[in-house]
Amino acid sequence: MSAAPTTETKPAPPAIEKIKVKVDGREIEVPRLTADWSGKLMPTTMIQACELAKTDVPHYCYHPKLPIAGNCRMCLVEFGTPALGPDRKPILNPDGTPKVVKSPRPAIACATPVSPGMEIYSNTPGVKQMREGVLEFLLINHPLDCPICDQAGECKLQEYSVDYGQSASRFVEPKVHKPKSVDLGPRIMLDDERCILCTRCIRFTKDIAGDDALGIINRGSFNTLTAYPGKAFDNNYTLNTVDICPVGALTSKDFRFQMRVWFLKETKSVCTSCATGCNILIGSREKKIYRYTPRENDAVNGPWMCDYGRLNYKWIGREDRLTKVQSPKSKVQGQPASWSSALTEIAELLKKTPAGSVAIIASARQTNEELWLISKLKAKLGAISDSVSRMGEGDKLLVSADKNPNTNGAQLTGIAANLMGANLPKIVEGIRNGKIKTLIVFGEDVTRHGMGADLLGKLETLIVSDILPNATTKLAHYLLPGCAHAEKRGTFTNTKGRVQKFMKAVEPPGDARPEWEFLHDLVCNVTGQDGFLTIEGLFNEMANAVSALNGLTWAGIGDAGVTVKI
Amino acid sequence: MPSEYRLILKYADEPGYTPDIECYLRHGGYDALKKALALQPKDLPDGAKRSGPEQIRQEVMASGLRGRGGAGFSCGLKWSFVDRKSGKPIYLICNADESEPGTFKDRQIIHKDPHQLIEGMIISCFANDVHLAYIYIRGEMPDGARLLNRALQEARAKNFLGKDILGNGYDLEMHVHRGAGAYICGEETGLIESLEGKRPYPRIKPPYFPAVLGLWMCPTIVNNVETLCNVKHIVAMGGTEFAKLGTPNNTGTRIVSLSGHVKKPGCYEIEVGRATIGQLIFDANFGGGLRDGRKLKAVIPGGSSAKVFKAGEKFKIKDKEVDMLDLPYDFDSLIQAGSMSGSSAIIVMDDSTDIVGALANIAEFYAHESCGQCTPCREGSLWMSKALHRLTHGEGRAQDADYLVKIADNIPGGRTICAFGEACAWPVQSFVAKFKDEFVDKGAADEERRAKKSKGAGPGMEMKLAASQQH
Repeated sequence: MSAAPTTETKPAPPAIEKIKVKVDGREIEVPRLTADWSGKLMPTTMIQACELAKTDVPHYCYHPKLPIAGNCRMCLVEFGTPALGPDRKPILNPDGTPKVVKSPRPAIACATPVSPGMEIYSNTPGVKQMREGVLEFLLINHPLDCPICDQAGECKLQEYSVDYGQSASRFVEPKVHKPKSVDLGPRIMLDDERCILCTRCIRFTKDIAGDDALGIINRGSFNTLTAYPGKAFDNNYTLNTVDICPVGALTSKDFRFQMRVWFLKETKSVCTSCATGCNILIGSREKKIYRYTPRENDAVNGPWMCDYGRLNYKWIGREDRLTKVQSPKSKVQGQPASWSSALTEIAELLKKTPAGSVAIIASARQTNEELWLISKLKAKLGAISDSVSRMGEGDKLLVSADKNPNTNGAQLTGIAANLMGANLPKIVEGIRNGKIKTLIVFGEDVTRHGMGADLLGKLETLIVSDILPNATTKLAHYLLPGCAHAEKRGTFTNTKGRVQKFMKAVEPPGDARPEWEFLHDLVCNVTGQDGFLTIEGLFNEMANAVSALNGLTWAGIGDAGVTVKI
Repeated sequence: MPSEYRLILKYADEPGYTPDIECYLRHGGYDALKKALALQPKDLPDGAKRSGPEQIRQEVMASGLRGRGGAGFSCGLKWSFVDRKSGKPIYLICNADESEPGTFKDRQIIHKDPHQLIEGMIISCFANDVHLAYIYIRGEMPDGARLLNRALQEARAKNFLGKDILGNGYDLEMHVHRGAGAYICGEETGLIESLEGKRPYPRIKPPYFPAVLGLWMCPTIVNNVETLCNVKHIVAMGGTEFAKLGTPNNTGTRIVSLSGHVKKPGCYEIEVGRATIGQLIFDANFGGGLRDGRKLKAVIPGGSSAKVFKAGEKFKIKDKEVDMLDLPYDFDSLIQAGSMSGSSAIIVMDDSTDIVGALANIAEFYAHESCGQCTPCREGSLWMSKALHRLTHGEGRAQDADYLVKIADNIPGGRTICAFGEACAWPVQSFVAKFKDEFVDKGAADEERRAKKSKGAGPGMEMKLAASQQH
């Protein structure tokens, strides 16, 4: 398979000198410098070297995308460095190898740089004892309320207790009591007794979100995490602190007490709330989605996502979802139509339309594959097409001003006008003067874009596919219930041209079908050309046909996506 | 019989000696500064030139001066680590956050002779190309801060501070910054954080060594009050001459804060190593002995964090068996004996002392003062304090001695960010190791009493957890 084309033509990083270190007796080469949390090249640390050596070093406060704090002391390791003689030259063992002298004091792997010839010992009895000591200290004042804690199942205290914990506590003193159920902000609850004071949340909100909202008050074991008195912890990134909290101190008001995490199925997906396309995991159980969490992708969102996007999933499970296919006949009969009859009827209708009498308004919330299939219809019917632009406010971190997840897909497939929305007045005019007799609408309420009920009433045929009911769906002659992204597979092209795929998390409700599936049938019926019935084949076919996507394959874009020239 | 050797406190206790600049000038004040500023570049045999500041640094190195704050690290070496090529300003901070229990020497200097400190600081700043210096004084010393501020004003008025000092072209400004009452601000990187307006969380080293990434991420020197005063005397008398005071590698004088069960507690300045612990406690020139009819029980030789010495304890030093009381009071001997001279504060305990109660008192202090940044110290210090509180309030157990040591063993030895871990663990480790019987007996007695009360239902039945301390 040839390499996929990409615009990621960053200048090759300067060659970084490699140094040799040993991790638990195994020699590996590591770069002398490694990018730190902010991307700046800094001396490689022990924990980074251990990661390269595939040696796990337990840690709480360390996070690769946050400034280093070094306060939890869980990552303490022992190490040795080559001994130097008085002449500053290495002292050699009888066998000619450099003599390595073990440091009398341990070091925190997260902050200590490696040096040539260094030996890191991460599995000695001494290191194990230190980890046991730290874990015991972290647990003595911890409420041990795992049975009612939302973090249970993804808690670092639980995880490391398996490796370094004691079966019984020898602590007989009363525990320190701290505030419980602290309402930190509109989306965050804090349990200070569970907090291990690692300061990840403080560092995140100060250094990543740029809102220095959290801090620690009091002293010693009475240290207490808090928001500034009288102020709410409220920025668009607060829920990331729930993700990075290694324990159950910070919980999401939206998710707490809703579902045990071990029951959740995690599906790789992409957020659709804006054109950034943050990579996410959808946590679902049976038919219900319980949460979105960011999925790390350094080319897009790092390990973060915004609160708005994270909580924008509830519409998927709405009671009033469109679940029934509808045709003019079924509308009269009060019965739902079948997919096959409706699609056949639509195909017959479309085949009879004179060129130029059909307009298509697709949505930049649809997938590349769907838009490409629509473009085939468009070509066959000689239709005018466009989609609806959604501009809002962006920010410096992740949120894009473009609220459509697939503006670039709509452009690349030729569905949207060069200036998205520029064709809409032409379509309005066409309907008004009677030239356009058939309108196909996907996922947009065109009544809000200059096409009121009176105008739509002039049409001979209005074919609408959508997910939720709106004024346009009410007027539709043919209504085709579609799927949310979480209910189907496909790809979006984000604002930077990154083509990213997403997988299916839950079953669509009722008769709703992924648009690409019924579009495939429709295109086949209208054009007489069969296509692929799998998303993989469809994507690959599209990649061959759309020049910007040439060379891409469904398998080749992987979970992290590939950036194309837009 | 050894006697005091007053170098720094030479005039401080003289009748009529006042902390104002006129009095200081009458006693030869700021002469050493004038001498320092007047130093001419010296030609070296290899043709290079050594500037005045470099000569002062050379003298400090030659003097063998060791830090008087607690660690006893070579001052000359500390100065040599300063990154002078970074292009960033270099700061000097005087650490006047004297808060180690038992220590009250810096307070004497600040209250009685503030200009000596300021002169020492100006010389040290000149030697290190510093143009902005701070005196970080603990919040509980409001009078000291007031005195220092007045002294700074006086020094400015006489052009010992400010622009173009004494026409030499050297500029220096100096400010007093008051702490808010936290022991941890005496830790140099905690102090720097506090000075920057943050919580005094000590910084991790590496990478934040003050000599490279100190105040505002600039190279910074942090020295103790007494250390900086010594610099003045090193310049006045010359490094080699200074090194003749005291004993080899333990040069100069030290002000010993003697407290506890002695007849004459107070500050005594001695040549380092020229008096033993026994002499400091018993000689008429110093402590004047214990209260009548009392016997010595224990001595904490270097502030409350130092490991305790038990009366009659013997040490092997250079193949000789030395009694605790015969240890010369210097840096190295005390380290060899397993403790330290720390901030040179000797706390004397006679046989009236409840050793468990004494340790409970110390442990409560450290539990209260732990900044809480890193896990072992944050959790361990309070745990030990709670256990000791229980033990001193009738809820002890015979196993508590071992229990305490097991907790303490998980704190020091590089497990924590700063030396506070050692400071809170060493007293517990040493007290329990050296007076284990008292801890076990106390716990056993409690168990027995509780067993009687519970009529054989078991000693643990009545242990009231609520008796433990709540802050």
